[in-house]
Amino acid sequence: MVGIRTHDLRKVYNSAPPFGAGGGSPPAQRGKQKKPKPEIVALDGLSLEVAAGEVFGLLGPNGAGKSTTVGILTTRVQPTGGQAWIGEHDVWKQQVPVKRVIGVVAQRPNLDFSLTAREILAFHGAYFGLDSHERTKRADALLERFKLTDRADQMVRGFSGGMMQRLSIARAMMHDPQVLFLDEPSAGLDPQTRLLLWEIIREYNHSGKTILLTTHNMEEADALSHRLAIIDHGRMIALGTPGDLKASVPGGYLLRLRFGTNSPELLEKLRSLAGVREVRPVEPNGADVYADRGGSLIPEVATFAASSGAELHDVNISEPSLENLFLHHTGRSLRE
Amino acid sequence: MNGRAFLAMLARDAHVARRNVVVLLFQTFLQPLLFVFIFGRVMVRSGYMPASYKSLLLPGIMAISMVFTGIWAVAMPLISEFQFTREIEDRLLAPIEIGWVAMEKVLAGTIQALLSGLVVIPAAWLILRPVALDFSRPLLFLAVTVLVALFAAAGGLALGCTVNQTHIGLMFSLVLTPMIFFGCTYYPWSALDSFPILQKAVLINPLVYASEGLRATLVPQFPHLSLIAVLIVLTLFDALMLVLGLRQFRGKAVS
Ligand SMILES: Nc1ncnc2c1ncn2[C@@H]1O[C@H](COP(=O)(O)OP(=O)(O)O)[C@@H](O)[C@H]1O
Ligand SMILES: [Mg+2]
Repeated sequence: MVGIRTHDLRKVYNSAPPFGAGGGSPPAQRGKQKKPKPEIVALDGLSLEVAAGEVFGLLGPNGAGKSTTVGILTTRVQPTGGQAWIGEHDVWKQQVPVKRVIGVVAQRPNLDFSLTAREILAFHGAYFGLDSHERTKRADALLERFKLTDRADQMVRGFSGGMMQRLSIARAMMHDPQVLFLDEPSAGLDPQTRLLLWEIIREYNHSGKTILLTTHNMEEADALSHRLAIIDHGRMIALGTPGDLKASVPGGYLLRLRFGTNSPELLEKLRSLAGVREVRPVEPNGADVYADRGGSLIPEVATFAASSGAELHDVNISEPSLENLFLHHTGRSLRE
Repeated sequence: MNGRAFLAMLARDAHVARRNVVVLLFQTFLQPLLFVFIFGRVMVRSGYMPASYKSLLLPGIMAISMVFTGIWAVAMPLISEFQFTREIEDRLLAPIEIGWVAMEKVLAGTIQALLSGLVVIPAAWLILRPVALDFSRPLLFLAVTVLVALFAAAGGLALGCTVNQTHIGLMFSLVLTPMIFFGCTYYPWSALDSFPILQKAVLINPLVYASEGLRATLVPQFPHLSLIAVLIVLTLFDALMLVLGLRQFRGKAVS
């Protein structure tokens, strides 16, 4: 069983992200030299420890640094600072032993368009030294498990996005790696395929494997991870089990309110309501209210609003969730 | 190095090449065969060229064919594998040092370039009969062909990891075309005697050594550069292209 560890990882990109790279708009901080070089700080001192046999989730919005973290841990990105280990091996210095024990599903599809699905699995197995009997056996089993058997001998060029994604994951499992990296594995999958994938991920974990998955879908992070880290701007902002993290949001419930006018006095009044833990003003005329109850607060809020002359225009109530946690830490929604 | 992974990658390339064999054949042989036919047969039979030109031309055609094939065979797939299909990522994650992933591409390209060069000989012989080829020094001939093929493949690596898709066409027309015309392919280097400056200048062109080297081993009856010099310079060009190509490859493979 093999775990994952990083210490104070930093990554600064010196060029604009290549076309189609994951991540949001780069926060280009231009230096003052004559020819300005964009400097993008993707990771800013990230330390993680993933236990062997754990399913660990990295949750964060686009551009948070999830793919960069996976890239460093899988030898594809050179860290600017800090260290990363897979088991006992320093990832950057001992690339080959590291590559032997990891399987990787990249965020962007990277299947071999000149081959059929079965050939892709077989050649991947061959790179890892499996003999031809073993390759055939494993490829057949994986094709079956991922419901690709009927397309096994077709070129992947014509596959749908979901089929390519399934095949990518099958390929990553082909050499039975001790550590599996899945970068946004269910992005763009239909709900049915997503459930199949979740089932397969759990099953793989039960066979003793360590899994690191990234997602910006909190539901997925919640459903799959034993523990998860929430990252934003290359920094960790929260770490724990999904349950602990959700419980750490004050009150748990979040009421996003919007009023007709801006009234600081109203916000003061809201703070005095029973069960309200925290009230944060939101520009221009709103407030985020963290409370330990949800809908039952609304009549009181509406009454206060009316009496302050700031009519209640819009209400959005959410139950305890990781989304709320992210909002609480950053003031932004994960989906933004 | 991990020999099994290396061989498996080579097997994948061979498998894909077998699948695309018709396109590959056309790509490799169409141009040289047309050249041989027009210059060697049409022009000679109609009397515009002396019959001896056929033998002089053959090593040049062979050099062009090898250099083009080698560069193309390595550069084009690399460009698409890095930029579009991203297929290279699966190899970069194979348990082998990434320099060997590049070396595998070079080896595959070298083999392809060798084949394209060696096929020119029987093909040309069929079209041009009779040609006066000298096979009395097979080892030297082999050494030159291998060095030329390696140059082409390593050059393809350097080019494919440096130039992007939008510029590759430009690269072929701006760099390779002059290389061919100033590469002593259709004429021996000594034909430039009356252009002393040009004659010195073309010496930076690796294709000159390829054509002259093949001329020196296949048709030594014509004037040619010293074979020793050719072997040394080609070796240097090979080393340069390999070092450059590997550096560029690493730059592309790791961000
Ligand atoms: N190859 C690259 N070159 C330059 N900038 C990059 C590259 N890859 C990612 N970035 C930038 O680094 C930041 C983090 O990106 P990424 O790790 O892809 O985030 P995530 O996977 O969480 O969406 C983003 O601002 C992104 O634009
Ligand atoms: Mg990403």
